[in-house]
Amino acid sequence: MEAALSSLPYLMDGLLVTLQVTLLVVVFATIIGVILGVGISYGPLWLRIIVRIFSDFIRGIPVLVLIFFVYYGLPAIGINMETFTAAVVALSIFKISHVIENTRGAIQSVHHGQMEAGKAIGLKFHERLIYIIFPIALRRFLPPWINSVADTAKGSALVSLIGVVDLMLAMQKVIGRTYEAMPVYIVGLIIYFIINFSLSLSSRKLEAKYAFIKE
Amino acid sequence: MDYHFNFSYIWRHFDRLFYGLVLSLELALVSIAIGMIIGLLLALVYVESGKSIRFFVASYVELIRNSPLLLLVYLIFYGIPSIGWFQYSATTSFIVTLSIYSGAYLVEVFRSGLAAVPEGLIDAGKAIGMKPWQRLISIRIPTMFRIVLPALSNTYISLFKDTSIASVIAVPELMYGAQWINFNTFRIIEVYTVITPMYLVTGYVILLSLRQVEKKFAINK
Amino acid sequence: MSHPLIQVKNLYKSFGDTEVLKGVSIDINRGEVVSIIGPSGSGKTTLLRCINVLTKYDKGSIKIDNVEIGYTSDDGKNRKERSENQLSEFRSELGMVFQLFYLFPHLTALENVMLGLRKVRKLSKVKATDQAKYWLQRVGLTEKINSLPSEMSGGQQQRVGIARAVAMDPKVLLLDEITSALDPELVGEVLEVVQKLVEDGMTMIIVTHEMSFAKDVSNRIVFMDEGKIEIDGTPSEIFDSKNERLNTFLARIKK
Repeated sequence: MEAALSSLPYLMDGLLVTLQVTLLVVVFATIIGVILGVGISYGPLWLRIIVRIFSDFIRGIPVLVLIFFVYYGLPAIGINMETFTAAVVALSIFKISHVIENTRGAIQSVHHGQMEAGKAIGLKFHERLIYIIFPIALRRFLPPWINSVADTAKGSALVSLIGVVDLMLAMQKVIGRTYEAMPVYIVGLIIYFIINFSLSLSSRKLEAKYAFIKE
Repeated sequence: MDYHFNFSYIWRHFDRLFYGLVLSLELALVSIAIGMIIGLLLALVYVESGKSIRFFVASYVELIRNSPLLLLVYLIFYGIPSIGWFQYSATTSFIVTLSIYSGAYLVEVFRSGLAAVPEGLIDAGKAIGMKPWQRLISIRIPTMFRIVLPALSNTYISLFKDTSIASVIAVPELMYGAQWINFNTFRIIEVYTVITPMYLVTGYVILLSLRQVEKKFAINK
Repeated sequence: MSHPLIQVKNLYKSFGDTEVLKGVSIDINRGEVVSIIGPSGSGKTTLLRCINVLTKYDKGSIKIDNVEIGYTSDDGKNRKERSENQLSEFRSELGMVFQLFYLFPHLTALENVMLGLRKVRKLSKVKATDQAKYWLQRVGLTEKINSLPSEMSGGQQQRVGIARAVAMDPKVLLLDEITSALDPELVGEVLEVVQKLVEDGMTMIIVTHEMSFAKDVSNRIVFMDEGKIEIDGTPSEIFDSKNERLNTFLARIKK
């Protein structure tokens, strides 16, 4: 147990990397995913089809396949990346497909009747977008989005398998040195748990708070 | 790009991929079966119990759901034997892990499924004099299953994809087969070109078949 | 300058293969209260929705204050559809109240009424608040001004819907079966509000199933059936009419 605790600083470095990966992925994927999600809701048919195919494709394969392909497979056709970059790229691609679904669902949850009420009082299209759709869609978007942030944090553990020294790999290395597997795993479990559980709780709280939107 | 595609290596070792796929499907199937038992039992316990027992069930669910699957796999495969509890094969340990994992998700699925059983049906059972456990077995559980069928299909497909993680502890499922071919032939692009559609098509076929089952049995609100 | 406020001429509208409006013509004058009755599918709601172009009409003309609303001219093959932004100008002069209320769920009653005043009429926050409060008080909802739609009954929500439409000072109010989705005991409070507006001289087109109410408040009642206007007359003319279709319809309603 003592060996595990004395390795805590090393684990913290790993945690930092995990958080960095998660944060970068969340930022990229959210920005791109929301744009594409809006595109799929209001855009031309060809765009919707392409995004749909992309989304279904990514969600139909395991994350691990994506990570390995980006890191090991792409160099074979000339695209080389560092482990960290590959990790962020792969996880971002994966998360984008979820953000797109999330955005689409949020936008479509705005009842067409409320759009018509907006038209009836003379609001223009961009005004309806800003004052009606956006506020309602945002409240529908946030709870699942926070959940997907938690999923990203959990998924980030897989990047240890391509050599990114995140919390997961840090744990492995500590165990390699100290041979005390269980205590280290438990410490790691607690850390991941704290991160994800807080996210999951906030998501549920937000959902309850915005339940009135479900009318 | 001077990569020359050569699929012959893949076909030579295709049995690893094919049997790996079969194993993936089996792992997912066994895990969801055990997971359903765990999930159903805990859901029933949760629904019928007081605050303190509910707390324990909720703790199990929250702990598992908020942890990365990879960590759980390592913990059960390396961690548990290290404190002298069990020794088991990689496959067994992975099944244990995935069952516990899916069980945690299924508790919530079953709990909300039970809550969604229309009161009227239960009242009808009461009216003909059925005892509580009879109502449970004959009315509530069967109805709940029909309600949660879509969620169950999604869970199975999800688990099927999660079996790829078993490759890290050398369980010879599809992903491991791909890795093996990779390390032995260096035909990376070809391997991924083959297993990607294998995952996609299998997932899609499962989805379609389960949809058919849903059409016959599921209750759509 | 004495043209009717609304002039509908030879209006045609189809949804796919189904022709819902088959050459409807009607004039509405300032200050009139016109009720439109008829069986479902007769086209009454479609007619109402064409007036503020929530539904685009195919052929024919609708003029608001002598200006064609849906297109740039009232006939001819070269007329162009008006863009959404052009339409918004027109729509701000017309008020509509919906069967399912369609209040903005994220805004309080006060904010619901204020949205149009601020963004379309461009009133200052102070003026908009005052006007919104005034109208919410006139519909009897002063205690609910800071409540969300989810915290109100159907009757209260509908009254907010009326306030939202009337606060914009429209030339005419279009009421689309505004009591059909309400529990019976809540219908009265909404009809009372409409009655008050009639007394204030508001021009109204009311699509409704409430026959006795239609008889009480309307100057004219229009009976539509199968996409056409069958009869257009005063309440007494309508209810004493010998028209077969009308009497079949009325008999069915009375059940």
